[in-house]
Amino acid sequence: MRNAVRALIGVAVFLVLCEIVGRSGLAPQRYLPPPSIVLTELAELLGERDFLLDVVATVLAWLIALGICALVAVPAGLLLGSVPLLRTATTSLIEFLRPVPSVALIPLVVVVSAGSPSGKIFLACYAAVWPLLFNTIYSTGQLDEQLLESARAFRISRVQRILRIKLPHVVPFVFTGLRLAASTALIVLISVEMLNPGSGGIGSFIYVAGSGAGRMDQVLAGTLLAGVLGYLVNAGMSGAQRKWITWAPSGGTT
Amino acid sequence: MTGTRNEPTTDGSGGTVPSMLEVSDLEHTYTGQQEHTAIGGVTFDVRAGQLTCIVGPSGCGKSTLLRCLASLIRPSGGEVRMHGEPVRGVPEDLAVVFQDYGRSLFPWMSVRGNVEFPLRSGNVPKERRRERVRQTLEWVGLSGAERKYPWQLSGGMQQRVAIARALACRPALLLMDEPFASVDAQTRFELEDLLLRVRAEQDTTILLVTHDIDESVYLGDRVLVLSETPATVVADLPVDLGNERDQIGTRESETFVHLRGEIARMLRGGGGHERPGGTGTTARDTGSETESTSEDERADAEPESLQVEQGSPAREAAE
Ligand SMILES: Nc1ncnc2c1ncn2[C@@H]1O[C@H](COP(=O)(O)OP(=O)(O)OP(=O)(O)O)[C@@H](O)[C@H]1O
Ligand SMILES: [Mg+2]
Repeated sequence: MRNAVRALIGVAVFLVLCEIVGRSGLAPQRYLPPPSIVLTELAELLGERDFLLDVVATVLAWLIALGICALVAVPAGLLLGSVPLLRTATTSLIEFLRPVPSVALIPLVVVVSAGSPSGKIFLACYAAVWPLLFNTIYSTGQLDEQLLESARAFRISRVQRILRIKLPHVVPFVFTGLRLAASTALIVLISVEMLNPGSGGIGSFIYVAGSGAGRMDQVLAGTLLAGVLGYLVNAGMSGAQRKWITWAPSGGTT
Repeated sequence: MTGTRNEPTTDGSGGTVPSMLEVSDLEHTYTGQQEHTAIGGVTFDVRAGQLTCIVGPSGCGKSTLLRCLASLIRPSGGEVRMHGEPVRGVPEDLAVVFQDYGRSLFPWMSVRGNVEFPLRSGNVPKERRRERVRQTLEWVGLSGAERKYPWQLSGGMQQRVAIARALACRPALLLMDEPFASVDAQTRFELEDLLLRVRAEQDTTILLVTHDIDESVYLGDRVLVLSETPATVVADLPVDLGNERDQIGTRESETFVHLRGEIARMLRGGGGHERPGGTGTTARDTGSETESTSEDERADAEPESLQVEQGSPAREAAE
């Protein structure tokens, strides 16, 4: 509670400073509108259907991308973490794919997906899947041998050992990986939307508002909203982790 | 549970009692960069319903022996038979309490979840499962802790959860690796007596590894003394203390004092250079004639005068 108050005070002070700078004329208001104007603009935008559709497009793409990431990375991570042979076989491929910046793939994907949201979802997944995959592989490998032996002593089959021992063991690490993945995915989504305005979304809105009419208030309003969304998702997941993962001190968030 | 439970045994009735476990020429060598032979030819039989204590120097291969018996590792030589059949895979009616109790509990399960875990795969109906968990936790004195998680428990409490988890299976054969190592003296006495009661009521066959000589004599129908690594059986001593044991009375008895001295001497001897009997000593041919106990030996064996509470746990138990 006290921390929340402190955080809010920090935000308020920052906004007041911005307001002062904006009003003082240090920078032309056209380029750097003060927060009061940006916030008013945002409130207005949230009442506009087109803008809301853009927000929904981005959020949906985001959730789908994270869902796909989890569905791919968690089983793959459990498998690679449990079967050393598979892991060594795939290591070099993974080490090659991982450093490829997903933004570099934008032109290719834009051509292939031709404006449908599948392209940006693919790129967001590509960028975000790694932290989740590595977290899962690593934590699977960290599982105490003694726990597996206990399970064996109670005649738990191999498959059941993955589902009932390894899966619950990796859950907190998956949560942490998902939080990292969420912010990466949002960055990539908005970048792709900006470079490919036809695909809709907050990124396209920002791009159009900035390039055509030079509406910096709208640009900042869109940016602010993206930041708030990112913050909310991260906070929501931390909260869920603390609430549901009661078996580790503070939900294994540290 | 399989229907192969053996008939109740009366102590000392010898021949007619079926063998629960037959271990012959068991050997195990750990492979890898550091090859190590942990068990060097161990042979012994365990009658159904018998409580066998295993003592031996630290690092001699006691845990390895239990792992081989449970088929958790495949021994590099020899054979283990249970109910007369060669053991392949972990037997149905066997439960293990590991030495590393803290690391063997599932951290994401509550105390109740942990104790219930083996029952879930054993197809015990839900109602009976709950009842058994409740009852078993009561035995080990953890009734209030059902909903806690392992990280919220003390070491001794975790150890009792591990014991409860094994007892909840109502196994025919129970393997315990230093199960009472980290509880206080009072709780230890209570758990020892609990084990004796459970054994009497459920007719469980128990193999218990301990580093405490007194405990081995107090609990055991017999004590297997192992040599330094690679472990072989140095002696197989019957404990003629009867079925009724008492924490104070039994520990004062002449037989008790004599046996603990004998085992202590063997461990000291076996820990040195000469290994009595050498490799391949079988338990079947080692007997033990009791010698008279000298006065001074009895004097230093005076047990601490602890109040042993006669808890009721296992009384209302039997299913
Ligand atoms: N996985 C392993 N690989 C190689 N050597 C091992 C392994 N596990 C145990 N050993 C060796 O085998 C010997 C017996 O180990 P074990 O754990 O069975 O001893 P122990 O009698 O249970 O000892 P303690 O009383 O200290 O628990 C030891 O010398 C140990 O170094
Ligand atoms: Mg050991």
